[in-house]
Amino acid sequence: MLAKRIIPCLDVKNGQTVKGTNFVNLRQAGDPVALGKSYSEQGADELVYLDITASHEGRKTFTEMVSRVAAEVNIPFTVGGGISALTDVDRLLNAGADKVSINSAALRRPDLIDEITNHFGSQVCVVAIDAQQGADGEWICYLNGGRIPTERSLLDWAHEAQERGAGEILFTSMNHDGVKTGFANEALRQLADTLTIPIIASGGAGAQEHFRDAFILGHADAALAASVFHFGEIPIPRLKEYLRHEGINVR
Amino acid sequence: MKVAIVKYNAGNIYSVVNALRRLGIEPEVTDDARLLQKADRVIFPGQGEAGQAMSYLKAHELDKVICSLRQPVLGICIGQQLMCRHSEECNTECLGIFPIDVLRFKPQRHEDKVPHMGWNTVSTDATDELMKSSDGKFFYFVHSFYVPVCKFTTATTNYILDFSAALHRDNFYATQFHPEKSGDAGEVMLKRFLTL
Repeated sequence: MLAKRIIPCLDVKNGQTVKGTNFVNLRQAGDPVALGKSYSEQGADELVYLDITASHEGRKTFTEMVSRVAAEVNIPFTVGGGISALTDVDRLLNAGADKVSINSAALRRPDLIDEITNHFGSQVCVVAIDAQQGADGEWICYLNGGRIPTERSLLDWAHEAQERGAGEILFTSMNHDGVKTGFANEALRQLADTLTIPIIASGGAGAQEHFRDAFILGHADAALAASVFHFGEIPIPRLKEYLRHEGINVR
Repeated sequence: MKVAIVKYNAGNIYSVVNALRRLGIEPEVTDDARLLQKADRVIFPGQGEAGQAMSYLKAHELDKVICSLRQPVLGICIGQQLMCRHSEECNTECLGIFPIDVLRFKPQRHEDKVPHMGWNTVSTDATDELMKSSDGKFFYFVHSFYVPVCKFTTATTNYILDFSAALHRDNFYATQFHPEKSGDAGEVMLKRFLTL
């Protein structure tokens, strides 16, 4: 049976993981390659690396890091952050990334999705959506890491992304992100039940139960988190054991 | 040991190179018939689209080269599908090493998403030299087309239906999953291929 995936997400700035970690015996806690390798050894199913550098120099450093991850890590990994053209995708896939995640650039120019999937296949194209639920209950998509609201609704944009060939949707609830009270299960379920591509839940993980709920209530195919893993609050082996005990198929 | 990787217009070749390097082997990525024939092992990797891949192989006469290889050959993902007779993907005539047709997944329920993407278990009996010890292990899959269970099947996986996770005929081996991305289980399988 296909397993539900657990995906740690690493924010990378100038070649270093930002947000501290408290892994014991990890000589370079800030090294994204060592950290990714350690997650892989603990049983993470995939990794996501987000480039949060703005400078051109930083981009180059990130690409070099992608090559090192590809050389050392034996599970699939996605890279994202600042991808706005086919040349960015080509550079990162050539460096060894398995998938790319696109966000604002796709909202600004949806054809980017068609271009990527026509060139490299749907399986490499993850469309990340940051959305916020307003007082009226409507979910609205945001640009630039949640700074600029758009007029697109979450469901509408997710469906368009699928039609254009996206291989997966990575949905981050801005209402839940960082709050650690669980994922946006209702919205997740709506996405999962109406789309035919996998949905990755993101934003809100604070306890093991939240992952269970994202899978059982939210019908998510995968769940992504950062700080609960980085700070060792939820060790991946323990999380997997818990999920298995709750009847969820994990690797 | 000399390991050659078939160079053609498919993605993912460097994941295989990296995986072999982690095992201490520096493979040669080549479309040179002589180098492919001389290698101790040949890996035919993949990720891509069957129609375009076959046109490329034919244009470079790699189709004949691959079929005539005598050493152990391992096809991965689209590599496996191209080693079959025909693929529903773009209605493509393939290499015909495994006389079976590749079909597209037909979802039965809403939960049946295509592509089949992620970690899934394989079932195998203990007799196959390559898949031995992989029974019940998780491997990483990404594909929308599948090889039905046939007499060359050495391992199966269930998604929507039971399909071939691995095939074997004479010196030709193939897996639908990506051993190069399948963590420790994948590394064990690749090592086994190198010691066949």
